[in-house]
Amino acid sequence: MSGAAVTALALTAAACAAPDDGTAGGDKGGSDSAVVGIAYEPDSLSPLLGYGKDGNSKIFDGLLTHDAGMKLKPALAAALPKVTDDGRTYTYKLREGVKFSDGEPFTSEDVVFTYETILDKKTNNASKTELDAVEDVEAKGDDTVVFHLKYPYAPFAERTVLPIAPEHIAAKQDVNSGTFTTKPVGTGPYELVKWSKGEQLVFKANPDYWGGKPEIEHFTMAVIKDDDVRATRLRSGDLDGAILPPNLARTFAKDGGKKTYAAKSFDYRLVTLPTGNKVTGDTAIRRALDTGVDRKAMVDRILEGAGKEAYGPVPTDSPWFTRGTERAYDVDQANKLLDEAGWKKGADGVRTRDGVRAAFPLWYLTGDKLRQDHALAYASDAKKLGIDIKVESGTWEVIMPRMPEDAVLAGGGAPADPDFDQYGLLRSTLAGDGFNNMAWYDDKSVDRALEAARRTDDRAERQKAYDTVQRALVKDPGYTFLTHIDHLYVVDERFGDLTTQVEPHDHGLASGPWWNVEDWRA
Amino acid sequence: MSRRLPWGPMARLTGRRILFAVPVLAVVTFGVFAVAAASPFDPVRAYAGTAGLTASQENLDQLRENLGVDRPLTGRWWDWLTSALHGDLGDSAVMRQPVAQVIGERLGWSVLLAATAFLAAIVVGTLLGVLAARRRGSPLDRAVTSLAYTLEAAPPFWLGLLAVWLFALKLGVLPAGGLTDTGSTTVGAGQVLSHLVLPAGVLAVSQLPWFVLYVRQGVGEALDEDPVRGAKARGLAQRTVLFGHALRSGTLPVLTLIGSRVPELITGALLVETVFSWPGIAAATVQAATSVDFSLLAALTVLATCAVLAGNWAADLLYGLADPRVGFDG
Repeated sequence: MSGAAVTALALTAAACAAPDDGTAGGDKGGSDSAVVGIAYEPDSLSPLLGYGKDGNSKIFDGLLTHDAGMKLKPALAAALPKVTDDGRTYTYKLREGVKFSDGEPFTSEDVVFTYETILDKKTNNASKTELDAVEDVEAKGDDTVVFHLKYPYAPFAERTVLPIAPEHIAAKQDVNSGTFTTKPVGTGPYELVKWSKGEQLVFKANPDYWGGKPEIEHFTMAVIKDDDVRATRLRSGDLDGAILPPNLARTFAKDGGKKTYAAKSFDYRLVTLPTGNKVTGDTAIRRALDTGVDRKAMVDRILEGAGKEAYGPVPTDSPWFTRGTERAYDVDQANKLLDEAGWKKGADGVRTRDGVRAAFPLWYLTGDKLRQDHALAYASDAKKLGIDIKVESGTWEVIMPRMPEDAVLAGGGAPADPDFDQYGLLRSTLAGDGFNNMAWYDDKSVDRALEAARRTDDRAERQKAYDTVQRALVKDPGYTFLTHIDHLYVVDERFGDLTTQVEPHDHGLASGPWWNVEDWRA
Repeated sequence: MSRRLPWGPMARLTGRRILFAVPVLAVVTFGVFAVAAASPFDPVRAYAGTAGLTASQENLDQLRENLGVDRPLTGRWWDWLTSALHGDLGDSAVMRQPVAQVIGERLGWSVLLAATAFLAAIVVGTLLGVLAARRRGSPLDRAVTSLAYTLEAAPPFWLGLLAVWLFALKLGVLPAGGLTDTGSTTVGAGQVLSHLVLPAGVLAVSQLPWFVLYVRQGVGEALDEDPVRGAKARGLAQRTVLFGHALRSGTLPVLTLIGSRVPELITGALLVETVFSWPGIAAATVQAATSVDFSLLAALTVLATCAVLAGNWAADLLYGLADPRVGFDG
């Protein structure tokens, strides 16, 4: 039935291929359905394997969730958690009368099962590190769950947006390859109708959703990896919305029937400057690069304006950002720094000091055009300072072993709490641990501030600690932060004015204006 | 064709081929494991995806152990092989599903796409080839031949994008991708057919040049042979000559070609499935390869190898039937 409606809609839209007067889709045939194009597909729909860990999973709910302003609000919990025991015990009262979409009641046992399964050694979940602070989870009666932490961890509540799986289904099968990974059942606003891998995920509204039945009855995510194909299908009326790179999003600017949304993000691109390398480990070189690269040009040319200059992991428009840590672009100042530190320009225009040439390789991930552009721009700016950077590309397998010595163009960013990015990026004990602290950054005052910020939930005190961290990055920029990238979405205007959340580096299913599709008006 | 089929020789050929397939498959699967183990891709990194970028080393090591990729290559291959022979193809890491299920869900769609495209390419290719061969050097022949050479040079994914632009975007007559309308919840035959037209058409067109050129050449040469020229001289009608004599000996090379085109077809399908978001086996193959998903990769390679071997077998069988002089001693 809905298929016919969507076809009718697609045909109507296609028939209006003449100059669009904004009425395409005005027929109400498919007004209760939305079809969006996404670029990434989850590997699994099981929360036990990491699906939806940052919230907005559509099929499931977490204990908590984020509103449009990224503030936590209760979901499966009836209220925000009570934190006791100096921040080591979190107690959640659960919402009453919630049922999974198969009719089974949701209880505290499901919460315990979910967290315990994720933490289990045998579960192949690559995000379980995020729950490192958890000592154990216990159910007190059907409606209360208590988390005991190993150490006080202020941002812990942010982690409890992860979706809760039904024990009565998931406990009966192999967690890594059972049918639950492709045919999930949850408490969320939508039920999965069909997941045709590599093609689309089809959802229908859950009529008994505790938050009220969504008005958008049919919601589909079409998986289209190729940017051009996605734009084409959006233009042909097959899609109502899509995520697009800047150059393609611009082609819809004059289309009266479509709106473009630029979602702000914590998604940064940076260059790691490993401490173990004689050149990149030198503070003068680091500071010269920090002030001698033209971030604004990168935003204007590479991102076509859809982004911001980055001076640290925290975007300049975030309340956590430390005012005054912006760096002016100043080539003369950068050259002066290098001259004073004894880096002298040679005949070939490259500086040397004590027989060491100011030269190092910079790696980026093969095939990632955005990173390639950033890397090339960085190298050409460095050249003007007399620093010779050789840009090379490789897969992570090639880059990994070289990370202690060579610079890497990396990306990351998690908006929910400053701890999530900064602890991994800067904590000296995590140097060389997987992809954490790729610069082998090592500063005692930063270590102390990072630990202090975790252990208190006093906002002002945490701000002070993160101010310390951001100021330390001015004095010794072990990473050159380049840009924060906006994510662009183009959506049919018939859905009215939509919102976007601040988005992380990962493109989950949840990002984009459809983060709250359950609240859209049909 | 009312002659009795030579069942005996045909059965012997088939038996020989099956015997030959066993060591080939064993070597191929081992090859897959060896190449995958030697590849620069790390299965654990692939499994973890972006989550792996913030995972602790301990977490990654645990994954490595759970996925069993820390064990030596030969042991892993042997385990896979013995359980596969018992009917258990193992679990696919990248799909988070049993391998049998991955293949079961997808194979049908790929076969449908490839078979449709292949049949269309054979029919249209033969027709165009014969038309071109009838009067070599005529404007029609030149048009068909140059079209074939042009298509030969066009990559299938480019043809695919072109087709999407023209038929879905400009004309709005056909859906641009997927198996069913985006958002439809059921898989109806009508929908699948309308979604099949573009990908199958593109795949057929990408396979077309070979058939056209081969048929044209084969039929052309046959028309120049003495018996055919004699028939012409005796005043037999053009059609009788063409279909009674030339086509039969002229399409022989095409018959052998059909089997040998299977590998090309597989790679073509890979690209076309990707462009059209067709939920077939091709997309899974790419994922399995780049994420070093041993079990799935090995199973898919066995499938592809079987398809190629079967293609060769069918070609020899058809050739033997069409030309009794060749016989079945392959």
